[in-house]
Amino acid sequence: MNGVHDMGGMDGFGKVEAEPNEPPFHAPWEGRVLAMQRAMGYAGAWHIDHSRFAQEQLPPGVYLTSSYYQRWALAMEKNVLERGYVGPDEMAAGHALRPGKPLKRKLTPDVVEAGMTRSSFYRQQQGPARFKPGDRVRTRNIHPQTHTRLPRYARDKVGVVELIHGCHMYPDSVAVDRGDNPQWLYTVVFESRELWGPDADPTLKISIDAFEPYLEPA
Amino acid sequence: MAGHDHDHDHDHHHEHGSELSETQLRVRALETILTEKGYVDPAALDAIIEAYETKIGPRNGAVVVAKAWTDPAYKQALLDDASKAVASLGHMSRVGDHLVAVENTPQRHNMIVCTLCSCYPWEVLGLPPVWYKSAPYRSRAVKDPRGVLADFGIDLPKETEVRVWDSTAETRFLVLPMRPAGTEGWSEERLADLVTRDSMIGAGLAKKPEELAR
Repeated sequence: MNGVHDMGGMDGFGKVEAEPNEPPFHAPWEGRVLAMQRAMGYAGAWHIDHSRFAQEQLPPGVYLTSSYYQRWALAMEKNVLERGYVGPDEMAAGHALRPGKPLKRKLTPDVVEAGMTRSSFYRQQQGPARFKPGDRVRTRNIHPQTHTRLPRYARDKVGVVELIHGCHMYPDSVAVDRGDNPQWLYTVVFESRELWGPDADPTLKISIDAFEPYLEPA
Repeated sequence: MAGHDHDHDHDHHHEHGSELSETQLRVRALETILTEKGYVDPAALDAIIEAYETKIGPRNGAVVVAKAWTDPAYKQALLDDASKAVASLGHMSRVGDHLVAVENTPQRHNMIVCTLCSCYPWEVLGLPPVWYKSAPYRSRAVKDPRGVLADFGIDLPKETEVRVWDSTAETRFLVLPMRPAGTEGWSEERLADLVTRDSMIGAGLAKKPEELAR
């Protein structure tokens, strides 16, 4: 979806300001949010692309004025409610009123290390890769109202395939509960002028990781 | 948890129990509900938080970089398959399948961003800093990376190619910064002290020997 989360190339946000000696968390609740997200992911309650899509659907003003972990918390509330893990009455009460839905497993202290290892996104390939390194490709001019990982600044642009990363689960499908729908994944590199016009810095190259359905031969 | 209170927690959170923010209360309620329903175990949540506070940070990546600086075979293995090369060290949390290392040279400077959210190589760098997740970085890194580097006090030669990698899928990128001059014969451990988090994102350079121990 064409939301405010898709920030590449926008102007007006100001300087990048680094915080010296930044702590891992700025308040204890931030750690709780991160850990709950990890635990629910381990339990199979939803996928990372559901979390991303839930954040993207926050009203733009809320997205831009909420902190990172606030967005996570808002997205988690949305996912537990919409996926039926918690009822609105329970959310209002601040307590469980019924037993939970069965989940495939639970993150307990003895399996925390395994639970913190990123799962693999590789999936069985459905056919041969359409492109190879060196191929010129044009990204599609798509504007789905749902989750996609093709940023706006890189749509309808010509680039060159640089790397093939294998076949991965396809976020555009996963986020809307249409299954893994595995797709080949490529790093595609663009000249700066292709993206930003004739005044762009000629020493700059930008790459995205693009799933095969985002690409056509050029 | 409306957007308006987003910075307030930073100023008055844990020391003042009576001043619980709306965010804090909502997160606490959510944990209560998820725990009572049997979905999460608070002791496991504690362990996750502790790991990110004490074990999983940029030192992991610095060790990898220092080894690559001193061991050409390891460096090649890292550039060929970073997931495998990092896992082979064995003393850090396991990495996922999708890590790619990219090498800075006098001809090319690499920089990593996630314009769509906040994708970051957690296993080797820990949690991303706030600036990495912020709108200024996410918006400008792909269009004006030299301007972003200037915000960090870095001025690259005009002819250096700047290559920005937008992490739009599950691939995670680690920058292998250039080894500073004047470090011949240094041990891996000493070299690792030169490797900053920002240098492994490409928003900085490794420290020079004279910048150490100041």
